[in-house]
Amino acid sequence: MAEPLLSIRDLAVEFRTEDGIVHAVDGISYDVFPGETLGIVGESGSGKSVSTMALLGLIPQPPGRIASGTAMFQGKDLLKLSPKELRGFRGDEVAMVFQDPMTSLNPVLKVGYQLAETIKTHYPKEPDDKVKSRVVELLRLVGVPNPDARVNQYPHEFSGGMRQRAMIAMAIANSPSLLIADEPTTALDVTIQAQVLEVLKTVQEETQAATILITHDLGIVAEMCDRVLVMYAGRIVEAGDVLTIFRAPRHPYTVGLLDSLPKLTEDEEWLRPIPGSPPSLINRPSGCAFHPRCFLTQGRPRCREDVPELRDAEGAGHFAACHFSEELAGHQSKFSEPVQAGSGT
Amino acid sequence: MLTYIARRILYSIPVLLATSFLSFTFITKASDPLANLRANPRTNNPVILHHLAHIYHLDQSLPVRYWYWLQDVFVHKLGVSLLTSQPIWPDISVAIEHTLQIILLAQVIALVLGVAVGIYSAIRQYSPFDYAMTSISFLGYAMPTFWLALILQILFVDIYLKWHVRIFYTSGLNSGVTSSTWSIDRLQHIALPVATLTVVSFALYSRYMRATMLDVINSDYVRTARAKGLPERLVIFRHVVRNALIPIVTVSALQFGALLGGAIVTESIFQLNGMGYFFITRLQTNDVYSVMAYVMIVAITVITFNLLADVLYGYLDPRIRYD
Amino acid sequence: MTEPTTPLDVKPVAIVDPMAISVPLDLAAAEGMELKTRSQWSYARRRFLRHRLAMIGLVGLIIIFGAGALANFVAPYSFDQIDLTYVLHAPTTVGHHVFGTDEIGRDSLSRIIYGIRTSEQVGLTVAVLSTLFGLVVGAIAGYYRGWLDNVIMRITDLILTLPLLVVLLTVAALLGRSSSVWTIVFIIAAFYWTGIARIVRGVFLSLREKEYVEAAKAVGAGDLRIMFRHILPNTLGPVVVTATLAVADAIILESFLSFLGFGIADPTPSLGKLVSEGQQFPQKWWITVIPGLVLVLIVICVNFVGDGLRDALDPQQRRVRA
Repeated sequence: MAEPLLSIRDLAVEFRTEDGIVHAVDGISYDVFPGETLGIVGESGSGKSVSTMALLGLIPQPPGRIASGTAMFQGKDLLKLSPKELRGFRGDEVAMVFQDPMTSLNPVLKVGYQLAETIKTHYPKEPDDKVKSRVVELLRLVGVPNPDARVNQYPHEFSGGMRQRAMIAMAIANSPSLLIADEPTTALDVTIQAQVLEVLKTVQEETQAATILITHDLGIVAEMCDRVLVMYAGRIVEAGDVLTIFRAPRHPYTVGLLDSLPKLTEDEEWLRPIPGSPPSLINRPSGCAFHPRCFLTQGRPRCREDVPELRDAEGAGHFAACHFSEELAGHQSKFSEPVQAGSGT
Repeated sequence: MLTYIARRILYSIPVLLATSFLSFTFITKASDPLANLRANPRTNNPVILHHLAHIYHLDQSLPVRYWYWLQDVFVHKLGVSLLTSQPIWPDISVAIEHTLQIILLAQVIALVLGVAVGIYSAIRQYSPFDYAMTSISFLGYAMPTFWLALILQILFVDIYLKWHVRIFYTSGLNSGVTSSTWSIDRLQHIALPVATLTVVSFALYSRYMRATMLDVINSDYVRTARAKGLPERLVIFRHVVRNALIPIVTVSALQFGALLGGAIVTESIFQLNGMGYFFITRLQTNDVYSVMAYVMIVAITVITFNLLADVLYGYLDPRIRYD
Repeated sequence: MTEPTTPLDVKPVAIVDPMAISVPLDLAAAEGMELKTRSQWSYARRRFLRHRLAMIGLVGLIIIFGAGALANFVAPYSFDQIDLTYVLHAPTTVGHHVFGTDEIGRDSLSRIIYGIRTSEQVGLTVAVLSTLFGLVVGAIAGYYRGWLDNVIMRITDLILTLPLLVVLLTVAALLGRSSSVWTIVFIIAAFYWTGIARIVRGVFLSLREKEYVEAAKAVGAGDLRIMFRHILPNTLGPVVVTATLAVADAIILESFLSFLGFGIADPTPSLGKLVSEGQQFPQKWWITVIPGLVLVLIVICVNFVGDGLRDALDPQQRRVRA
């Protein structure tokens, strides 16, 4: 097995608020391998964004705090680096694309300038004309029309989709080995979403970067990702490759998620949402955080008392954090039958 | 942009006319321009009064008088004071000059200090410095200028009486003969009024700058800048301050325009021959046309600086484009 | 939070925010939880009461304004009681004159207390009057737009062209130099409403585009109903804050007018007038400093309360304290 590019162990992030301490990320561990696309799925508040922002040191330190954990990347622990050293990685080897393109660009600076800034920060000796031509080339790569002219425009002259493309261009400007995309399409129209995802795929092919794709949209996961992590209430509840997770989930939350999706190839009378709402991260339910909403628990005290660990579910590289995950063996989600016409994976 | 400016200027003309007409109506209705002469037994002569009334068109109807007044403004440089029979313009132009000097100094100091303090307070939010500065700003903002001016005055009079040395003067613009605008003597005289005005403006600017900075610091594009690996110093100055300065520039332009009406109270306390002092003294003596002249100049100043503020804003923020 | 003795002892209370998706009642009951709902206003009230500065300001105002309102009972002397035996004494030098006396032996403390009463009357009345008027005018302008809005905007523009103090001074001067409290109130309110109307108009302009207004129209709600039941409650946040700050503004404006001699007539004391009286006696600093200090305190307290109200009533603001 290849060496992981990024190795996270026991990462915990908490926030101090007026109402108490929020345990946003409660001890997660995972690896990212070179060139793969890892999806992190979860509802709002599951800790998916916070975990990656912690890697780059983008959590404001009061009120946030990295309570514990290590994140080994290229031989260094990102969480223990000084701000100066961490800055060396940001935008160079590890880059991030954020959710809302409308507000993620400085409105009073030209787009070309902001892209060039990324390059010049890490490679200040590069001559200006080389930087400029690289910026134009990047814009062309992400599909921004007329890049020579667009380089001198301001962000408000770009449409939402174009801005997100510019953000992606900015992220890959220095050919990072790890690209983190935090809900890159959530704020966009569906048709634009598809385009931006295409751009992400193109970019991955060009740069061979590993990608962490954070989303709450299972459709995107199915289309883009090699492996998936499912997060709930700050913990990883299931991990595995995409096909296995979709066809044979082994955690009741994942089962519930998949179940709540409408299946377009059959008639369904009722949609089946997961009952209840996500738990408060200040007063988490005791034991397994999911137990108040779980169909598998059937009131068994173990779910209320013990926090389940991530352990092997059937299949290589497939883990689930449920005391009774074995009882889901043989359970096939509604996506386990192949769809008729080729959908292309 | 030019069409926008032209449009604004065009639009302000009816506003000025309306303001002047309203003020004129109110002032002439509410006061008797010849009251002072009537009160003085030497001049209280019906023949003189009748003659004067005729020369100054006081016996005509209101619109006619307004028309004559307008003519006076444009043709005769704001006309003549009924009280002193002296032309108004020379007096008021001197007053403008003096007020301008004081306000320029006060605003520049307040702006530089306020912006610096605001930036630092925002970067070190909740630090002792921040709390100290916020308290000072709060205090400065809450203090009526007349109170601060009087305290300063009392303080320095006290110093003089105790130690017989004048650090700063507490009244007037110069000792004895008219001093040149930037002489030490003049500066010693305007130091206290400038200090008074600076405090209030400083409070405003530093609070405003801090608030804007905090707003901007939490915005997404600053997060992006950090994610790119920019050193914090560049993040703050190239991204945060650049954006936060925009509203401050507009606010200061507006402030400047408003203050040119003269800090009425400060000037009276320190006996400075500026616009505010001009206004108050003419008001107290019912010198109607002088008051009108003052009103018109202030109105024009405010409108001009409002326009300047908008133009500056459009220049600095590329999202705003006037057609 | 104290640790429960056994997990079965304590009934956890789930506080349900009616704005959020609520836990299904049977599910909650199954877990043995009680449900308490809180309305939006009680949230605001809770936030306000937790705001330390606002509480300090509130207490300060209660003390100061309370003293003013009960001036007849609280003040040791009447404000025009002349006692030529104790002229120009410094504070506390003579037994019962805690803040000293002025040049004809009137007790400063009493005059200050009555001065507070004047300020109170002016501040509160102006705030109420100009807010009401500004609310109505701003609502009409912002909601109906069109020519009505234009006219109203031109009028406010006109009034706002000149600095407020200049306008007030001119009007006060020419209406007869010194006036009664209510004349001053009227003069200030007559011009101050324009600022409030502008703010209200702005809020109405933005709110009238909201979906719930469209929805209300779709079910046939009339204009007045929409304005009162739908838009108005959402404007109360900024309006309440503005009205609170207006109290301080009005008090300061009156003090400026009185200081320059165009405000409240004798013998009614006003804090501004008291400060100006001290000008003749720079050595007797207490005549100037103390009334001014009271003014500063009033303004600070009002601003604290205003800050607290702003925090409490603006749901968008999330402040995470370290």
